This record gives sequence, structure tokens and C-alpha cells, in this order.
Amino acid sequence: MKTSNKVGIYGYGAYIPRYIIENSVIAQVWGKLSTPIKSKTFPSYDEDSLTIAYEACRIAIESSGAPRDRIGAVYVGSESKPYAVKPSGTVLVDALGLSRNTLSADFEFACKAGTEAIQAIAGLVSSGMIDFGIAVGTDTSQGRPGDELEYTAAAGGAALIISRADDGVLAVIEASNSYVSDTPDFWRRSGEKYPRHLFRFTGEPAYFHHIISSVRRFFEEYGYSPKDFDYAIFHQPNTKFPQRVAKMLGFSMEQIKPGLLSPIIGNTYSGATLVGLAATLDVAKEGDRILLASFGSGAGSDTFSFLVTDLIEERRAKPPLKAFLDRLVTKDYSTYVRYRGKLML
Amino acid sequence: MPEITEWRDRIWRYRLIGSRCGGCGSTYYPPRNSRCLKCGGDLEEVELPRRGKLLSYTVVYQAPTLYKYSTPYIVGYIELLDGTRLFAMLTDVEPDEVRVGMELEATLRKLYTYGESGHIVYGVKFRPAVG
Repeated sequence: MKTSNKVGIYGYGAYIPRYIIENSVIAQVWGKLSTPIKSKTFPSYDEDSLTIAYEACRIAIESSGAPRDRIGAVYVGSESKPYAVKPSGTVLVDALGLSRNTLSADFEFACKAGTEAIQAIAGLVSSGMIDFGIAVGTDTSQGRPGDELEYTAAAGGAALIISRADDGVLAVIEASNSYVSDTPDFWRRSGEKYPRHLFRFTGEPAYFHHIISSVRRFFEEYGYSPKDFDYAIFHQPNTKFPQRVAKMLGFSMEQIKPGLLSPIIGNTYSGATLVGLAATLDVAKEGDRILLASFGSGAGSDTFSFLVTDLIEERRAKPPLKAFLDRLVTKDYSTYVRYRGKLML
Repeated sequence: MPEITEWRDRIWRYRLIGSRCGGCGSTYYPPRNSRCLKCGGDLEEVELPRRGKLLSYTVVYQAPTLYKYSTPYIVGYIELLDGTRLFAMLTDVEPDEVRVGMELEATLRKLYTYGESGHIVYGVKFRPAVG
């Protein structure tokens, strides 16, 4: 897909909570021998997907100087909204001081809700319906105690401000592609606290099939190949999957290195690829081309190509993601259980 | 209903909206609806700076019902970059880490949740400055 008028990223911001728990600590509680990552973030008792989105949006707006009165849409992608019915975007509009004459909605597509929001905002901006829009991917994802997901389900998020390229963007969205199919690899029914998953569906029929189908179709449609990209970000539910899918598609470990954060911060679900993109933009230079391929269970994948412009230096996120990585503090399982609301008074 | 009062106060709770005196320049947070306490001058609404430093603090162990899940928590007396002084809850800092003089910045966090309705009240807290 290509927009009729060129659009791109005007500003960006990412945020992760301060607290992490080592996988070895979770494994000790549940008697497991091997773990998928080293550690994962979890929200403080007073954080949720909305407060994480606020941080990411605030950094994006303040770092880029985006005009608050021209932001015409706030779309929040998440599978861990604070309310089942009550939008997060309306709180963000008032908390960030944005114009109330704006579109606002919550998007849900498991881990790819954030990139789905990018697609929608890009279309609105390109058509001229709005000047600027914010797409957010944010989650405080849930893992049932003792379940495989408890080792990786983490918290974090990122926001992109999208505008027309002629407003001055730090990266142009060159093209995108989306691929979906009915695949029951992971779900959470209404009213349930924790998601469920079909173990053997997680890899081949879900993650690998959808990302590979999306990226290969994107290459066929627009004539790209892995060597055209300086960096690539793939959805990162663990350490192994993004490394393996990169290899299968012909990307090197060097290309995915800046955006591969899951070994330390875990799977931030809707935030995962956008946080990876933010970390990559933190180090990218003018002329760099970045591929991003998200994955959402249920299932689908969005692929994007971003071309970095000369505005990257002045619009970099302040603080960069590294500042949040540098302040991480390790906590024990009992603190994690309390802060995640698994112990209720 | 207490939730209605919370809703009316949400803007200054979310965004550090205070009052500044047009006469002597004194600032107030929360904002005042009446006149300046120091010179009686007219007050105007102003967005206060997000950064400041910690002047003093206390650690709360015995909390009102709505804050019980937050204990132990820290309430700080903070001076913002423009000199405005205010009280606010601190977050992302433990009682054994907090220090007078530390640089702080405002953020948005959950203040509390009404048990029966499940209504979440968000507001400004301060955390150690990042970056």
C-alpha cells in the first residue's frame, strides 16, 4: 500500500517502566529449567497502558515540537486497556493538552494494534482529513502465573506522530503491506483476566507464516530486498523468533541489533515493534532505510519501509529509550505479583 | 458522588495547571479561583514547568482507604523551576532511595481506583528526572 500523498514520522517517543524481573526468578518459583529471555519489564502499581501511552506521546510531542492544536487523531493500540469500555485516547487528549476537535479510538489486534493505528493515521493524513495524528502501541500484557506467557509478557509503549511529508518529517513512510488470516494461536475472551494460547500454533502457522507472507509480498510489490535496508525490526515475543525470522528472510543480526530489545525488556505486545523502531531511530542517520514487520495473534502482520531524512538529528526523542533502559531496577517475584495486581486486598 | 468532583478537577490534576498573579507574579498549585494571597491581584491560569527539585518529604504507611494499595508511598514538597512550591506524591523511587535535593519531573499516574465502581483517577505524580 502507498499513500496518495507522501506521509511520514514527524516525531516519536518511547517509554518502558522502571521495574524488571529476571526470568530465572520466575523459573525458580515454577520449577522450570529453561527460559525464553533474560528479563522483562512490568508496570509499577500506579502504571497502566494509558500512563505508558501518555509518556510516549509526551516525549514525541515535546521532542518534535509538533503543534498540539493541529493533531487531529489519537489512536491507541493495546490489548490491555484500563477499561473494557471507555477510550484511553480521551484521557490522553486532555492530559496532553490537545485540541478536543479530534478523532480518538482504541485499536485492538493483539500485538499489532499499534501498527494498525499507523496505517489508519497515515491514510487520514494523506487524504487531508487531518494534519497530524498520533498512533500509539502500548501494553501491560498479562501472563497467567506459571504459564509460558508469564516469562515474556511485559510492559512498554511508543508513539509516532504522523504528518504529511511536506510538513517536514524525520522519516518518510515509503510503502506498507498487511497480511491477515484466521489463525487461533492466542486469544482472551471478554471478562477473562489472562489470555490462552494453542502452544504449537504460536510459531510456524502464526508468527512465521504471517510475517514472512507480509514481508515477501511487500518485497514483490515494491522491488525491495533485505540489502536495501540498514535496519529491520520484527515483532519480538522472545529472543529466538525475531532472530530466526530475520535469518529466514535474509536479514543479518547486525540489521536487527538496535531494535531487538526483547531479551532485556520482554514482549511489550502492541508496543514491541514501535519500541524497537524508536530504539532504531535513536541511532539512525539521514538516508538510512528501516523495515518494520509487526505480528498480531489471530493473526496478521504489517510491513513498513521508512526512509530517514535530514530532520532526524533535531527530532530525536529526548530522552532516548536508552535513558529508560539505564534506570531499570530488578525486583523480586513478590513485588512483581503485587504490582501486577495478582494479589488483591 | 466523589467521582464527579474528581472529573471537575481533572485538567489541573493531569497537566500541572496553576495560577499566576498578574501583579506580583506569585504562583499557586492547585489553581486558585479567587485573588492572590500575597497582593490581592488578579490570577490567570498558567501551565507550570514539569521539572523541579525535592525540598522535603514524608513516607506514608497509614493511608486513607483509597491509597492503601500504594503504601508505603512518598509525599514530596517540591519546588518547580519557576519557584512554584507544591505537594505531590512521588513514584518510581523507594523510601530508601529518596533524597532531598533530587531532581524530579512530573508524570501522569493512577492516583487511586474506586473499589465499587472501578473508576480510575489519574493525576500528576513526580518521579526522579530521566535524561
